[in-house]
Amino acid sequence: MTGARASGIERIAAAFADRKGRAALMPYVMGGFPSLAESTRIGEACVRGGADVIELGMPYSDPLADGPVIHAAGTHALAAGADVAGVLEVLRALSQEVAVVLMCYANMVFAPGARAFAERLQRAGACGLIVPDLPQGEEQEVLRACEQSGLALVPLVAPTTTPERMAAIGARARGFLYTVSVVGTTGERLALDEHLGEILARAKRSTEVPVAVGFGIGTPEQARQAADAGADGVIVGTRLVRAAAESEDPAGAVELVLAELAAGLAPGR
Amino acid sequence: MEHRFGPYGGQFVPETLMPALAELEDAWTRARADDSYRSELARLLRDFAGRPTPLYLADRLSERAGRPVYLKREDLNHTGSHKLNNALGQALLARRMGKQRIIAETGAGQHGVATATVCALLGMECVVYMGVQDTRRQRPNVQRMELLGASVKPVDAGAMTLKEATSEAIRDWVANVASTHYVIGSVVGPAPYPAIVRDLQRVIGDEARAQMLERERRLPARVVACVGGGSNAMGIFSAFLADEDVELIGVEAAGEGIDTQRHGAPLTVGGRPGILHGSRSAVMQNEEGQIIEAHSVSAGLDYPGAGPQHAHLRDTGRARYVAVTDDDALHAFRVLSRLEGIIPALETAHALAWLLAQSDGELDLVCLSGRGDKDLAEVLGGAGA
Repeated sequence: MTGARASGIERIAAAFADRKGRAALMPYVMGGFPSLAESTRIGEACVRGGADVIELGMPYSDPLADGPVIHAAGTHALAAGADVAGVLEVLRALSQEVAVVLMCYANMVFAPGARAFAERLQRAGACGLIVPDLPQGEEQEVLRACEQSGLALVPLVAPTTTPERMAAIGARARGFLYTVSVVGTTGERLALDEHLGEILARAKRSTEVPVAVGFGIGTPEQARQAADAGADGVIVGTRLVRAAAESEDPAGAVELVLAELAAGLAPGR
Repeated sequence: MEHRFGPYGGQFVPETLMPALAELEDAWTRARADDSYRSELARLLRDFAGRPTPLYLADRLSERAGRPVYLKREDLNHTGSHKLNNALGQALLARRMGKQRIIAETGAGQHGVATATVCALLGMECVVYMGVQDTRRQRPNVQRMELLGASVKPVDAGAMTLKEATSEAIRDWVANVASTHYVIGSVVGPAPYPAIVRDLQRVIGDEARAQMLERERRLPARVVACVGGGSNAMGIFSAFLADEDVELIGVEAAGEGIDTQRHGAPLTVGGRPGILHGSRSAVMQNEEGQIIEAHSVSAGLDYPGAGPQHAHLRDTGRARYVAVTDDDALHAFRVLSRLEGIIPALETAHALAWLLAQSDGELDLVCLSGRGDKDLAEVLGGAGA
């Protein structure tokens, strides 16, 4: 499917609908890491490994929501020359195969203007946008811009989110609702938060779109636990970025890890 | 309280922090109306910090300038800068909120020392993030913080200066928000921080205005202060905002020159606003919105952003922002030392350099925001870099 006529929002809905009885597998790929060409190959490896949706990271100078592994990868990507045009070319290539959502910090969205940024994303084939430092209360301009371009502005909720905020965020969520599983930045954890089921239940009650869990999920067991706790999708970032960083063959390494994660999510396991 | 200053300010932070910002705003609103909080803060400002600080008519500096110049002596505040005013107020607030762990960022080390001092005073745990580059050029302040019981965490990302230290402090807060209060050191960050820090630093301006009226029976024609994030400037400006005849001058770091990219003068240079550390304001950035590293010989002004209210004061014309190069600031550092027997902080030396370059004026008030003992190695060329 090329998604030429389907809106980004529709394409994400289709990806969740097609996931064949398991939680959607949603790998994070840092655009431009270790190079633009290699990040495209990593994304393609993710598709082969069973990705339902890819979250493509735009490298940024000051990533406040990211832990050291993703921060370092972004710094490396910028030093290697990654820019918006280059990362959107990666996005364009991957969007031929799979629904792609861009993760991008607010200052880069506002730099050309939210409207222009959203239009550019749409032209590149993106389905949606995640802005980790654009909480409920600051989202209006970007939300309007995304709606005009048929893009899903995917909001985040955290374990600290109050019931009032959860209701408001869930109601305006498009594409999916990104549930942050831990109080903290991105990065692998030894164990999932003991209250994950509770957070997920709150998130699911607040919205009609699928609920995906991210931050702190790195092993097949954790992916499975998140799915068993009710997640419609499981986002894995740092584990994959680390695999890419540690290997001579980044795409191959990511494909292996992703296959293990997919097996962990397989029905009947 | 204010979340926005015209188009500036706001709360551009991860969702995880939003409830903590609401809790902070609520606690601050109640504390500032509470006599027990206010009297405790007033007692500590008086007996511990040594306030009010003097307003000093600098005779020989005035002679050089050709007009009377008064210095508001924040260098005589305990710990050697204005930073203690804010640290005391926020740490008392944290204690009311039941938070025992304090984190802070620091550039020049003055805010880190002030926060470490207050944590020692109140028996609280203290972690200070500081860029590796700054731990080198402000070594004495690292030693002071450690002596006071704080844990200094060197930050080796990016240019290893104040911007990265602030980002790392915010990440710590995201991870430890339930137990921890983040004592931000300037009028930056997400709302309600810019308003809280301004209100806690306003004591500088309130004292100086009353002292000036008592001494001169008139208000100053100009109030001059250096601006990195801009807390000493906001503190002294805020008492004069309604005095429309008083000109307000904020002095940024021109570094190697504002026509180079090696400076710390986002307000002076202008351009498209940006988002840094949770608020929209004047920011040094490239076309795509990547933040550009600042440069200044002074660690406290080596920051690519500035407080959102400063950006608004600039746009409305109420305050004017100018910039002074490294070389001119270093010169002013020596001039004040020789003329007045006061070794100013390198940050403050920027304000003094601007003042010395003006031939006009009738009555100037300069915020002498801190003392320069910490800068000797940098100025005398002994800093390892």
